[in-house]
Amino acid sequence: MTATRTKTAIVNVAGNPNTGKTSIFNRLTGRNLKVGNYPGVTVERIEGRVKSAGHEFIVCDVPGTYSLSARTSEEAVAVAAVAGIPPNTMPDVNVVVVDATQLSRNLYLALQTLETGVPMVVALSMADMAARRQMRVDIAALQEILGVPVVAVNGVNGKGIDDLKVAIVTVLENPQRGRGRWRWTSDNAPLKADIEAVAAAIPAAWTHGEPQRREALARWALLSAAGSEEMEIVPTELRAAVNERHQLAQRDGRDLDLELIETRYRWIDDHIPHVLELAAPKKRRTEKLDAIMLHPVGGFALFLLIMGVVFQSLFSWADPAIAVVEHGMAWLAMGIEAVVPASLFQDFLVDGIVAGVGSVLVFLPQILLLFFFIGLMEDSGYMARVAFLMDRIMRSMGLHGRAFVPMLSGFACAVPAILATRTLERKRDRYLTMMVVPLMTCSARLPVYTLIIAALFPPTRLWGVAPVQGLLMVGMYLFSVIVALAVAAVLSRTVFKGIDMPLILEMPPYRRPHMHSVVRMMWMRSSMFLREAGGVILVCTIVLWGLLSFPRNPSLETDYDALQRLATRELQGEAHDTRLAELKEQREGEVFRRSYGARMGMAIEPILAPLGFDWKIGIGIIGAFAAREVFVSTLGVVYGVGSEVDESSATLRQKIQRETRADGSPLYTPMVGLSLMIFFALACQCMSTLAAVYRETQTWRWPVFLMVYMTVLAWVASFAVYQGGRALGFA
Amino acid sequence: MTSHSPRHLDALQPGTSARLGQIQGNAALRRRLLELGLLPGTPVRAVRRVVTGDLIEVEVRGCFVSLRRAEARNVFLSPDETP
Repeated sequence: MTATRTKTAIVNVAGNPNTGKTSIFNRLTGRNLKVGNYPGVTVERIEGRVKSAGHEFIVCDVPGTYSLSARTSEEAVAVAAVAGIPPNTMPDVNVVVVDATQLSRNLYLALQTLETGVPMVVALSMADMAARRQMRVDIAALQEILGVPVVAVNGVNGKGIDDLKVAIVTVLENPQRGRGRWRWTSDNAPLKADIEAVAAAIPAAWTHGEPQRREALARWALLSAAGSEEMEIVPTELRAAVNERHQLAQRDGRDLDLELIETRYRWIDDHIPHVLELAAPKKRRTEKLDAIMLHPVGGFALFLLIMGVVFQSLFSWADPAIAVVEHGMAWLAMGIEAVVPASLFQDFLVDGIVAGVGSVLVFLPQILLLFFFIGLMEDSGYMARVAFLMDRIMRSMGLHGRAFVPMLSGFACAVPAILATRTLERKRDRYLTMMVVPLMTCSARLPVYTLIIAALFPPTRLWGVAPVQGLLMVGMYLFSVIVALAVAAVLSRTVFKGIDMPLILEMPPYRRPHMHSVVRMMWMRSSMFLREAGGVILVCTIVLWGLLSFPRNPSLETDYDALQRLATRELQGEAHDTRLAELKEQREGEVFRRSYGARMGMAIEPILAPLGFDWKIGIGIIGAFAAREVFVSTLGVVYGVGSEVDESSATLRQKIQRETRADGSPLYTPMVGLSLMIFFALACQCMSTLAAVYRETQTWRWPVFLMVYMTVLAWVASFAVYQGGRALGFA
Repeated sequence: MTSHSPRHLDALQPGTSARLGQIQGNAALRRRLLELGLLPGTPVRAVRRVVTGDLIEVEVRGCFVSLRRAEARNVFLSPDETP
């Protein structure tokens, strides 16, 4: 009889990457999931509640890993969860997913897991795949040698899931059934001495009073804590003990790592012949496919094609869905305007709440699409090939090969691209990518560029062939890529200078992606974005609205009422209506210019003047914080031509062309245009980007860093362009 | 010289096999590779080299693993007969 449990049992699901672990976890838990973080690190912790045979337990998804050894805090998550190192709670059962096609490497993790003393169950996956390759795993024999329950499970069709639940419950009821036969033993006396010495430094809280655990954790520490400064969970005393034993071993010409690892593999190599029937393996489908997919020419062309499709989908296929969101919001706003009388409250509802909700929802189509493609690429095994193909180029900038997908997505929108950095395993790689993705020319910059280029640059052709306007647009794209890569190169050598991790990529076999898990990922990512970044974006929208619409009834210089009466007296018909509309927009413009936001624009004019900008552009820049394209409509309001203008509006274009400085010279010269475009290319004029970075890093430190470095960069670059251009005599 | 078996993994011609010897260099790399089962004596087959990625792909214990060519030069091969 076990003591009555007061807490719900905890079951971890661990395993190598690409073993079908996630689909087994999904099958096991069903729909009700909770996403949180592992204590102390920004590694996602997904858990679900399972009821089976009168038992209820929490199933936890442990990040995929080849071994429990760790170099960084994030890698230590697996061991901390599986071994129940505080502040993690002690698990009741560890389920280790073992890939039948890669038995020896997967058993290595299983042995390490078993050593922690936590009862274990093995879920054997990919048995069908093994059969196709003429391999057969004898489940009874595997169960016999390991001494723990082994269940064949197919995460795709759910076969074996019920048996797995039964096995878990069996071990929950009788933990002895999951203790296993494997014990780490060695007749290597010096190695045993090393382990004992390190075991003495293992914190008492880690062992839960079991001496066997103390030694297991000592072996883990010997393989993990040596020389590593990035793991906070390792106490100084333990690190010192580990370093000392490594130094001693080195002095004696011993290889501690090899001695420790070899013991497990020797056992595996001795036992595998009893479990695995292996006919002559035929050349695999994956190898044949890779001959094409990784072909120096064909593979690269295919890669460009696939990336082209991803990019195109974000850039234009998402448009109809975005239009639906925008129309829906406009319709909602109209509905509110019809029901709620015109008032501050109505303004708040329409321009604060509805606009805020709209600016959150508008990201959904692109997020869903991007994660659809990422899901397909990860599930099919193509993502590893992306890293493989892009490693040289990306590494020269200090980026991981996989960072290519988020960087490319950045051309559409930084927000989904920042969420996509989740495909990178290492924190350093993720954060570095997040810090440079917002430099890519996102689609919200296009309206700004279009307006400026159309208004200020002639539609002529350079040397009779190259259209100046088109060249400028292409130039802005190139500029953004070059800057992003240069910044990555600098940041990776300064702010993100960490331990250099060797690249070891597993090339998983190609598999047919499963819609089930792809859709699940799309759902999880977007709901998380709505929950965590959505609130920040909504609040920012409301604050911006407040800044730009208060004070409510400022005293105005012009007496519009008098002008209105004059118009009514002297004009008739169409001329009268036009005049009244004009006056209305001018009044709105003046009211707007007196708002707190506009005053901020005026206040920052001295800072912007060296870039060639006046306070009206300053207001536009502040307004653009909601989203860059808002710059266009903000200018529309400032210039009194209404907020309904877009980048192709001829009226707004004319206004810009006619705008003059105090001395009568035109304000918007091509140099100012260039300076303004460079400013928009580099400045972090986007609260949603900052909200997304906050959501991913769980701290304000990185959004602030992003905002500051981009703004400084933008100011310096615009200054250099404008002042440099003037010094060279350009207008 | 060409009759000698190649000394390290990067020099192993795609399609040919050998047995692994010692792994040197970066401790993290060594530990990783050892834990993936790249132990002295383990048979290894070179699968391909990719110019764009500057990587090589090898097959060990039924898994396909890629590593950078510079790092592969630290993975030595056993002078024994190829398996």
